[in-house]
Amino acid sequence: MFSVFRDLLRYNIEFAIGVVLVGAITIFSLLSFISPVDPVAIYTAIPDQPPSAQYWFGTNSRGQDLFWHLTFAFRNTLSFGVTVAILSRIISITVGLTAGYLGGWVDRVLMFVNDIFVAIPIFPILILFYFVLRSGLDTFTLALIMACFGWPFDARLIRSVALGLKHREFTRHAVFAGMPPVRIMFEEHLPYVMPIVFSTAMANMIWSIGLQVTLAVLGFTNLNIPTVGTALYWANNHSAMVVGVWWWIIIPVILIVLTFLGLFLLAVSMNEYIDPRSRLRRMGA
Amino acid sequence: MYDYLIFALKRFLQLLAVVFAGISAAFLVSHLSPISPVETIIGRVAGQSTYSPGAINSLRETLTEIFGLNVPLHEQYFNFLGRFVVGDLGPSLIAFPTPAMQLVMLALPWTVGLLTLSTIFTWLVGNILGGLAGYYQNSRLLKAFGVVAIGVQPIPYYIVAFLMVIIFGFLWPVLPISGGFAMNVRPSWSPEFVLSVLRHAILPATSLVIVGLGTWFLGMRALVSNIVTEDYVTYAELAGVKRDRIVGSYVIRNALVPQLTALAMALGGIFSGTVITEQVFAYPGLGSLLVRAVNGGDSAVVLAVSCIAVVAVASAIFLIDMIHPLLDPRIKAE
Repeated sequence: MFSVFRDLLRYNIEFAIGVVLVGAITIFSLLSFISPVDPVAIYTAIPDQPPSAQYWFGTNSRGQDLFWHLTFAFRNTLSFGVTVAILSRIISITVGLTAGYLGGWVDRVLMFVNDIFVAIPIFPILILFYFVLRSGLDTFTLALIMACFGWPFDARLIRSVALGLKHREFTRHAVFAGMPPVRIMFEEHLPYVMPIVFSTAMANMIWSIGLQVTLAVLGFTNLNIPTVGTALYWANNHSAMVVGVWWWIIIPVILIVLTFLGLFLLAVSMNEYIDPRSRLRRMGA
Repeated sequence: MYDYLIFALKRFLQLLAVVFAGISAAFLVSHLSPISPVETIIGRVAGQSTYSPGAINSLRETLTEIFGLNVPLHEQYFNFLGRFVVGDLGPSLIAFPTPAMQLVMLALPWTVGLLTLSTIFTWLVGNILGGLAGYYQNSRLLKAFGVVAIGVQPIPYYIVAFLMVIIFGFLWPVLPISGGFAMNVRPSWSPEFVLSVLRHAILPATSLVIVGLGTWFLGMRALVSNIVTEDYVTYAELAGVKRDRIVGSYVIRNALVPQLTALAMALGGIFSGTVITEQVFAYPGLGSLLVRAVNGGDSAVVLAVSCIAVVAVASAIFLIDMIHPLLDPRIKAE
């Protein structure tokens, strides 16, 4: 595992940049644990101060120190993305491995359900949930709902790999040795799909964070929880761009773009690593 | 041909299942809403002048019947399914008593027009450029485009749209930044109206294209750079087939098939994007209607928009799947 990481860092500049970007944003969000200010309190600082030595990222029209406020926003947004990624990975691994290994009618039923989930447009459904729950739509509920929609593509991908593994020699050995199907799936086949799980997890985080920001920008979320989306919502709400408080919009946008770029580069470079042809080409072999 | 019909029938059944599952989910979720349309209208009426309690009560009864709320939930559900088939989803709340479906039908052409044009344009241009970039890997221009695409791709939708408003509405005001057509023209098939619609569509469509182009470009480039290492391409090169022909008929055509599948899968996401685009550019489509309905607590319109979105996206995916076996002879219609 560690040697894979080292190889990627050495031979793949995209991976290295991705690690640096995501690492920097993670450290930034971890700073929220030593934050001296309360993220939901307003008018604790002088409003509308441009970035300076005292307020690194300036302050917004609601009198919040943007630097510390954004540390909380990024912590919430990132942990939301990770929660969705983990929950949806659990579903996609289970469905993908089961459909691929068991085959037959189990496969057909699971893939039928899978295709239904692919075709349902998630955004109107999310808006419906907001419409019903209103401010009761907290971060975890939203993560749970999105996890229920974020698995089908990846389940299909995992299934296709599991289909290939099913006819390999070691699977047959395991079957003859009397290993139950569940253990074959999770002990023998799971390690082979782990690279896919990691690379799709990054893509999944980009997707879920993007949707969360979109919902928040429209105001369709609990606006009291500091996230990147709600930060942008409040900035819009106070017409930050028009009244000249540009740092209130520009700084979160730059940070979230860096996050997306980092996750994207990680996903792309891991995808490339999975394909041995492109991996060898890069290593110059 | 027989195989193809069986395939079409199977896919059609699946389409029905998707639509059924989608609209059922939408119905269940929307009927958990705590906002009662009846009480909202009564509040609106009673706020304007005083009425006798008897009049209010009979109004309440009539409204409950109009909204079909006087029967248990499962009966409401069957009513809903029956009325959905004939396209009646009850009166709206934000524009009571206009039927919700009528509001949706007014908004639908705007969204469909904007989405179809920009999606097809984005998909074609992105794939052609990506295919060329994968084949001519030494071209400086295409390499530069790839770097730009990687840089632009992670920018959130909303930011691109917002930047375009600032640039073209504020810094260099040449294009209209809001609405679907100018205030002073009347909707008709006259040249002024069509021109006005096109002018107003430029910015929203461009923002959709900018955001979408990179994904197709990068995906196609990756696909093609794998295909060019295949033996048949090398063989064609050695046999002296013209390069244009290799790129067009040998390489890009083969790579287009997975990209078509990807297009079918991306449609739902593209719809989500338009909600933001329409909101930023105040475009009179489904997205704006949806936002207005949510803020107005109008469950009939929210339900109608969700159902139409499910039907539209599912049918688009169905259509793409249907032309799939026609494009790629290797895919056996199964």
